[in-house]
Amino acid sequence: MVETGHFALVLAFALSLVQMLVPLVGARTGNQRLMAVGGPVTVTGFALTALSFTALASAYAGSDFSVANVWENSHSLQPMIYKITGTWGNHEGSMLLWVLILTFFGALVAVFGNNLPATLKANVLAVQGMIGAAFFLFILTTSNPFIRLNPAPVEGRDLNPVLQDLGLAIHPPLLYLGYVGFSVCFSFSVAALIEGRIDASWARWVRPWTLVAWMFLTGGIAMGSYWAYYELGWGGFWFWDPVENASFMPWLAGTALLHSAIVMEKRSALKIWTLLLAILTFSLSLLGTFLVRSGVLTSVHAFATDPARGVFILCILTLFIGGSLALFALRASSLTAGGLFHPISREGALVLNNLFLTTAAATVLVGTLYPLALEALTGGKISVGAPFFDLTFGPLMVPLLVIVPFGPLLAWKRGDVIAASQRLVAAFALALAAMLVTGLFIDGASVFAALGVGLAVWLVAGALTDLAVKSGAGSVAPAVMLRRFAGLPRSVFGTALAHLGLGLTLLGIVGTLCFGTEKILTMRPGETVDLSGHTLRFEGLFPQKGPNFTEDRARFLLIGADGNANGEISSAKRFFQARQMATTESGIRTLGLSQLYLSLGDEDNDGSVVVRLWWKPLVTLIWGGGLVMMAGAAMSLADRRLRVGAPARRRKPAAALTSPT
Amino acid sequence: MTRKQKRLSVIVAGLAFLAAAAGLTFYALGQKASYFYMPAELATASVQPGQRIRLGGLVESGTVVRGSGATVAFSVTDTQKSIKVTYTGILPDLFREGQGVITEGAFGSDGVFVADSVLAKHDERYMPKEVADGLKAKGVWVESKSQ
Repeated sequence: MVETGHFALVLAFALSLVQMLVPLVGARTGNQRLMAVGGPVTVTGFALTALSFTALASAYAGSDFSVANVWENSHSLQPMIYKITGTWGNHEGSMLLWVLILTFFGALVAVFGNNLPATLKANVLAVQGMIGAAFFLFILTTSNPFIRLNPAPVEGRDLNPVLQDLGLAIHPPLLYLGYVGFSVCFSFSVAALIEGRIDASWARWVRPWTLVAWMFLTGGIAMGSYWAYYELGWGGFWFWDPVENASFMPWLAGTALLHSAIVMEKRSALKIWTLLLAILTFSLSLLGTFLVRSGVLTSVHAFATDPARGVFILCILTLFIGGSLALFALRASSLTAGGLFHPISREGALVLNNLFLTTAAATVLVGTLYPLALEALTGGKISVGAPFFDLTFGPLMVPLLVIVPFGPLLAWKRGDVIAASQRLVAAFALALAAMLVTGLFIDGASVFAALGVGLAVWLVAGALTDLAVKSGAGSVAPAVMLRRFAGLPRSVFGTALAHLGLGLTLLGIVGTLCFGTEKILTMRPGETVDLSGHTLRFEGLFPQKGPNFTEDRARFLLIGADGNANGEISSAKRFFQARQMATTESGIRTLGLSQLYLSLGDEDNDGSVVVRLWWKPLVTLIWGGGLVMMAGAAMSLADRRLRVGAPARRRKPAAALTSPT
Repeated sequence: MTRKQKRLSVIVAGLAFLAAAAGLTFYALGQKASYFYMPAELATASVQPGQRIRLGGLVESGTVVRGSGATVAFSVTDTQKSIKVTYTGILPDLFREGQGVITEGAFGSDGVFVADSVLAKHDERYMPKEVADGLKAKGVWVESKSQ
């Protein structure tokens, strides 16, 4: 089975070469039969990659330690779920997952892209093939997961204990679906450059792919943040760590792309910019892959460092980013420029959005790469952390968030700020009230906290105002309004949900950062501690045995006002024998939207332990808001206008002829 | 305004915005980046009390003292010089004597480094990259046994 997987991988590489050459030649020479090769080859390539991945996963599931990769990252005593997720809990396996998703998206284009113009489809598949070929070659030459060991060891070296968590089952696949999803947008852009033709229908093809990738990337980042929050035991949800930034930059650029693609689709403007953004977004995804996979950064994600891999990915990076930008420089001027519009309009607001988001992405890029560049040039070692990003990213986000509610309320072409402001009066009043209540009635609230809460409420209320205005609130009877509300296009709901989710995330961040409390203390069994009105009693340490670890579990009882216990929180120190490694399992109890978070430190000889406690108000909203944003993207995708693969099928023939408005 | 003037004004506004962002970025890089030092390098570098830096090295054997509450004192050494560090909080699981660590914080007026974070990687082969490079440069690096 393992050899089958290895062989399938080699075949998939060979097919990716066919996929990158044959349709391209076909599109160039106008040969229908050559172009038609692209589809079946892409689908077969995906099937072979899936076979290869399944072979590796089954080697993991069956603990086949004759495979070096399995031996290094698995253990026969691990629970089955971690055996399987361990497939991508290492460098080689995660790269295989990367190409699996890449070929999956290619196959989706091949299967659902029947109504694409033939040459465009051929070129898109060819570009997907090029990306695939580069990464297949990378895996086969530097990161082959199918290398055998002879003789086979009897026991594996265990998966890194930090990764033995359900988060590994969710975070990397979601993140990769996001990262790699942008490859389709990239391929569409490069294909458009190769053809030298771009029109509004191109944006209609690209937008659903952007939505899909953005949705998954949002989920991947949110899940990664939550995983780091509960697993690392530091109580933080975002560290401005370079690997986090690596996923955040494509998200920022992708968010900008999402918005500029709307302008291009609806107004045929910003064409060249949208195309460039699509290239930049995937370039940032590639850069993220490079930063995380090359070992230039020390982090939980750097599984193994091998200079050859870093150099190889750097070559891929240079080839694709350099190549696509060079093509852009050559061809962009031949593309027809889009229409003009008044600065105060929906388009204008979206341009402003793009300006802020891309600048924000650029500051994150500088903050992430500057330490690497400085070290390479001068040998000086610096770290750029939260203080830098608070000072640069923060000021860029605040004005952007202030204008978000205006955008959807402005008309296309020529908007009226005063009319939009009048509609937002209620939302503004609500935000002001929230600000005053926070500032005046909550103890210890700083000016920042009040402004933050106000801004979050402004976003949420603004999103709801948008829905209310579009269903005709205030001008029609409630029954008519309800009917209109139900009949609103799903993309309107998508926008509102995404903006609402943004507000919720902001509220969670402000709540946690400004109103959170924390305590570090040593506790003996029987002692109690108070934190922000919650009383915890330490019951003691209880040794337990897990499948492949032993642990000392510290149990704490949550004492209610009546003196009775009404809940338990437990945190544990785990020791994994195979790697001789300890981890801390934090104890979390969710109370409403807030959480009580507890992390265990060292145990003293007299039975006392160091305990770090946090009260994190509204913290769950940070990730809850991410889920709402994902729901917004899903809602937009469900809009019949954008349904993946069938954008034109459901359109009336007459509508297809007129340009979309 | 003509089409050309309109486009020009948009470009100028955009550039002004980018220049402001770039200015802020470089100001922040100068002010907010924290430099990494090994203990011996601190003798020549002029680090003021209160200036945030990262201090890396090995936890010197026999220096870890657990004080009252959750405060821990230890020394960080690069085998040439050692610096006293205090830290209040929970040490990483892999914090051990003889292990590499990176601490982040600032010197107090008494010359003791007050750390607000102590980092150690989640791996038994751990050696922070900065510390490993620093030790290699000093010629006191021993290749670890595993791999």
